[in-house]
Amino acid sequence: MNPFRYAQATDAGTAVTTLQGDRGMRYIAGGTNILDLMKDDVERPTLLLDITHLPLRSIDAGPHGIRLGSLATMADVADAPAVKAGFPVVSQALLAGASPQLRNMATIGGNIMQRTRCAYFRDVSQACNKRTPGNGCSAIGGQNRNHAVIGTSDHCICTHPSDFAVALMSVDALVHVRGAGGVRTIPIAAFHVLPGATPNRETVLEHGDLIEAIELPASPHARNSAYVKVRDRASYEFALVSVAAALETTAGVIRTARIALGGVAPKPWRSHEAEAALIGRPVTAETFAAAAVAATSGMRGYGKNDFKITLTQRTVTRALEHAGGLA
Amino acid sequence: MIDSSKPTRRRFLVRAACSTAVVAGLQGARLFPAAQAASVTLTARGPQPVTMTLNVNGRAHTLALEPRVTLLDALRERLDLTGTKKGCDQGTCGACTVLVDGKRVNACFTLAIMTQGRSITTIEGLANGDQLHPMQAAFLEHDGFQCGYCTPGQIISAVALVHEKRPLDNASVREWMSGNICRCGAYPNIVAAVQSVAGGQA
Repeated sequence: MNPFRYAQATDAGTAVTTLQGDRGMRYIAGGTNILDLMKDDVERPTLLLDITHLPLRSIDAGPHGIRLGSLATMADVADAPAVKAGFPVVSQALLAGASPQLRNMATIGGNIMQRTRCAYFRDVSQACNKRTPGNGCSAIGGQNRNHAVIGTSDHCICTHPSDFAVALMSVDALVHVRGAGGVRTIPIAAFHVLPGATPNRETVLEHGDLIEAIELPASPHARNSAYVKVRDRASYEFALVSVAAALETTAGVIRTARIALGGVAPKPWRSHEAEAALIGRPVTAETFAAAAVAATSGMRGYGKNDFKITLTQRTVTRALEHAGGLA
Repeated sequence: MIDSSKPTRRRFLVRAACSTAVVAGLQGARLFPAAQAASVTLTARGPQPVTMTLNVNGRAHTLALEPRVTLLDALRERLDLTGTKKGCDQGTCGACTVLVDGKRVNACFTLAIMTQGRSITTIEGLANGDQLHPMQAAFLEHDGFQCGYCTPGQIISAVALVHEKRPLDNASVREWMSGNICRCGAYPNIVAAVQSVAGGQA
């Protein structure tokens, strides 16, 4: 790691103002992503501002949903009874990510900010437009088995690594962010951005913006939700494909549906096509099969990752069977 | 009369202090956020060694460490507590697992400076004199290792698993021990050791 200075934030407003004044500074909370990137020389901050002493750790459940402080750990949130009961997809996604040790460290605010696991991004000897704009992309035409099949551009085909963020898409989560003009609320679907010609930009946040909380609005489909993750080994691995499915049904007919995909796109990917194939249809294997096909419309492989398209269909089917009670 | 196009002395001082802090990186230098210069200041330390106190296995150690030093390196290189192992140094193997305030974490992804005021337990802190911790004894009894390099991390993680009251069927123990990799493949015996201790306490 490069030498850097260290400071502790004592209040959120000062933290934001401090970082806004210097693009070389970074926040640190759990540290599991920033320190990893610093060890690889991908990040070389001049100063780390420790935000772990800010009062943003509480998990508050009420009749309208749950407010998760951004410094709550993955373990805290996964184990919270209100999350398990009202948002099973969120608890399941958190437990499908990382390891018990890392989940004790990593915060949920940091989780949705984590950078891609693309090996070319993390190897400073390789071309990467995300790390160094204009540098090229070694993954296109390279070892792209783990890469994206939708939402890509000629500049970047990476995948977003978070399971939690995929689950958040299926429950319409809201991200509360403190910035220059105070606190604003960003729907999770509008939080991450596609690479386009600027893959170095991954979210709508400005430098210095601080996530203070993630809100989970209570809903019938959130209660009826499931996360299925397919990976190269049974545990402690990033997704090849993952699916968050949430369904509201009345008398065997689907009223509301959310299908979000992980491991296939540069951001957590909501499939409106799959949802359209579900709404108004009966809870049957045939309906789920049609939705699974719809989920892959627009997908294209880059050679070594073509298998993800078929795998997506199978994983959507499995997730719907869990959420719909057919498993 | 004040010419507003020129920096006032006050603004100049704030800017000067800020650039001193950023460029020179003086230990103890203050950061002055422009908008709140008068009200709140943050104290930045480093990159030179910073005096800090770490509470490890019930003992306080005062050290001078750069902010970039991980807890893992502080334990091994400065406190000679070499039971905690460096495997991958990137959070993927679990050999460096220690307890911080009773929770298992990867010491390689923990800055020592961020553990001040917290209680750190390493493998050296489990035994009571010559009396092994029950989990240490169980790993011996069930032959839960071969080369032994991952074993301190496995044992710390297993102690935490029992404390967390996780389910004890084979699949659950494997899942909740998945943050600790054993390249010798001693997993069946590790699972047996964990189950014997957890079952005995249930």
